[in-house]
Amino acid sequence: MSENPQTTTGTARVKRGLAEMLVGGVIMDVVTPEQARIAEDAGAVAVMALERVPADIRAQGGVARMSDPDLIDAIKAEVTIPVMAKARIGHFVEAQVLEALEVDYIDESEVLSPADYVNHIDKWGFDVPFVCGATNLGEALRRITEGAAMIRSKGEAGTGDVSEATKHIRTINREIRRLSSLSKDELFVAAKELQAPYELVAEVAEAGRLPVVLFVAGGVATPADAAMMMQLGADGVFVGSGIFKSGNPEARAAAIVRATASYDDPKAIAEASRGLGEAMVGINVADLPAPHRLAERGW
Amino acid sequence: MAGRPRVGVLALQGDVREHLAMLEGLGADARPVRTRAQLDDVAGLVLPGGESSVIDRLSRILGLRDAIVDRIGDGMPVYGTCAGMILLADEILDAAPGQRTFGGLDAVVRRNAFGSQVDSFETDLDVPALGAPPVRAVFIRAPVVERTGERATPLAAVDGRVVAIEQGPLLATSFHPEVQGEARFHRRFLDRVDGLG
Repeated sequence: MSENPQTTTGTARVKRGLAEMLVGGVIMDVVTPEQARIAEDAGAVAVMALERVPADIRAQGGVARMSDPDLIDAIKAEVTIPVMAKARIGHFVEAQVLEALEVDYIDESEVLSPADYVNHIDKWGFDVPFVCGATNLGEALRRITEGAAMIRSKGEAGTGDVSEATKHIRTINREIRRLSSLSKDELFVAAKELQAPYELVAEVAEAGRLPVVLFVAGGVATPADAAMMMQLGADGVFVGSGIFKSGNPEARAAAIVRATASYDDPKAIAEASRGLGEAMVGINVADLPAPHRLAERGW
Repeated sequence: MAGRPRVGVLALQGDVREHLAMLEGLGADARPVRTRAQLDDVAGLVLPGGESSVIDRLSRILGLRDAIVDRIGDGMPVYGTCAGMILLADEILDAAPGQRTFGGLDAVVRRNAFGSQVDSFETDLDVPALGAPPVRAVFIRAPVVERTGERATPLAAVDGRVVAIEQGPLLATSFHPEVQGEARFHRRFLDRVDGLG
C-alpha cells in the first residue's frame, strides 16, 4: 500500500468497480475447496463460500448463519478468483468478521436467517463491498442508499425454478424504464413511492440504469436459464444450488459460463446445453408455502 | 486513417461498457468484439478489466485466441487495463491453473499483487509521459509488473512497483482509467491507431 496521503481504500468507486469487473460472468456457490476448484476451472468469475447451498438450507431447515471462518479460509486458499461470503440481514458483526477474514465481497443475504427484521447493515462503514438482494427497484435503491455496491435480483433460491428470477429482473428493469419516461416534476412523487432518496431516483431516471452492477440470482439451473437472464438485461448471474445439485457439476458449470458469455447466440447455447446429465430436480415456487419463500425476507 | 478510427473492446467478460463509453466519448467508432469477424473489422483492441482467467478461457473456447495472438504479432495497437495487462504480458505469476496469456508485452506481471479487495485503493499517480495533472488511478485487485523486459518501457510506479507500461503499439495499466473518466491513456491508444494510417 502506498504512503501517498492521497491514497484511499474502500471508496465507492473501488467497491462498485470490483462488481464492474465481474460483468458478463457467473458467480458460483461452493461449500468445499474441491467445489471451489471445479468452479474456478469451469470459468467462474467469483465463488460464494458457504456451508450449505440454499437447496439444503431449505431441506434441512433451522437457523442459517455465516459460514465457519476455517471453511472460508480454506476456499480462499484454493482459488485465485474473488471469494464472496454471506452475512445475515442486519448482522453487522458477521459482516465485521467477514471483513476481518478479507473476503472480497459480502452478500447480505435473505438466504440466511435474518438477524434484524427492521434494519439492514450500514454498509458505508466497511471497506469491503456488499452485494444485496432486491425484488423491485425501490428495494434495490434502498440497499444502494445503505451502501450496497452491487445488486442481485433475489429470485427464489434453492428451487431450480427460474420464474421468480424472471419476475424480479423484469420488474426492476420495467420500473427503471418507467422512471426514465417521467418528467422532472413527477420524479418527486416517484421517489416517495419507491421510498428512496430523490437524488438517487433522479440519477437512475437520467442514466436509465442503476448506478451499480445488477446480477440475477435464485433459481438459475441451466445454460438457457442463464442466457435468458442476460437477454433480460442482467449484468451476470449467480448460480447457487443449480450446479452442485446436478448430475455433472463440472460440465454444467462450464456450460453455464459459456452460455452466459454467448447469451445472444442460440447455436452456442444449444451446444452448451448438450450432454450435461441430469439438472437439479428442483421445486416449483408455486408449490412453496408462503412462509418458506426466501425472497420475502428483506424490505 | 481519416475519420473515426474503428476500434474494438474484447467483450467476453469484464468492464466492456465503461471502455466503449470512454472510446466513443473520444470520437472513436468503438465496437464490442466477440467473434473473429468482429476482430478482423477493427484497427485496434482494448482488453478490458475483468477476470483474466475467465477471459483467457473464453477466448480459447470461442476460437478467438489464435486470431488475437496473430493480430498482436502483426503490430495491432492494444491497450490492456488490469486483467488486460495480464493478458498482454509474456509471462504471469500467481496464475490460475492452466491460465495462459496472449503475450506480446515483454514483461512479467504478477496477478492480484496488492492483496484482497479490502486492499484495493485509489491514489494520485504521476505519469511523466502524460504530464500534469496526476492520474487519479483506481486499483482493483490489481496486478503489477514484476519485471520489465528490454523491449518495454515503464510509465508509472506505485512505491517502486511498475503499474503502467508501454512497448511500441502496446500499452497496459494495472489500474482502470475507464471507471473514472481519465481519458489520456485511451487517447494515447487511439493515437497509435491513427498512426497506422
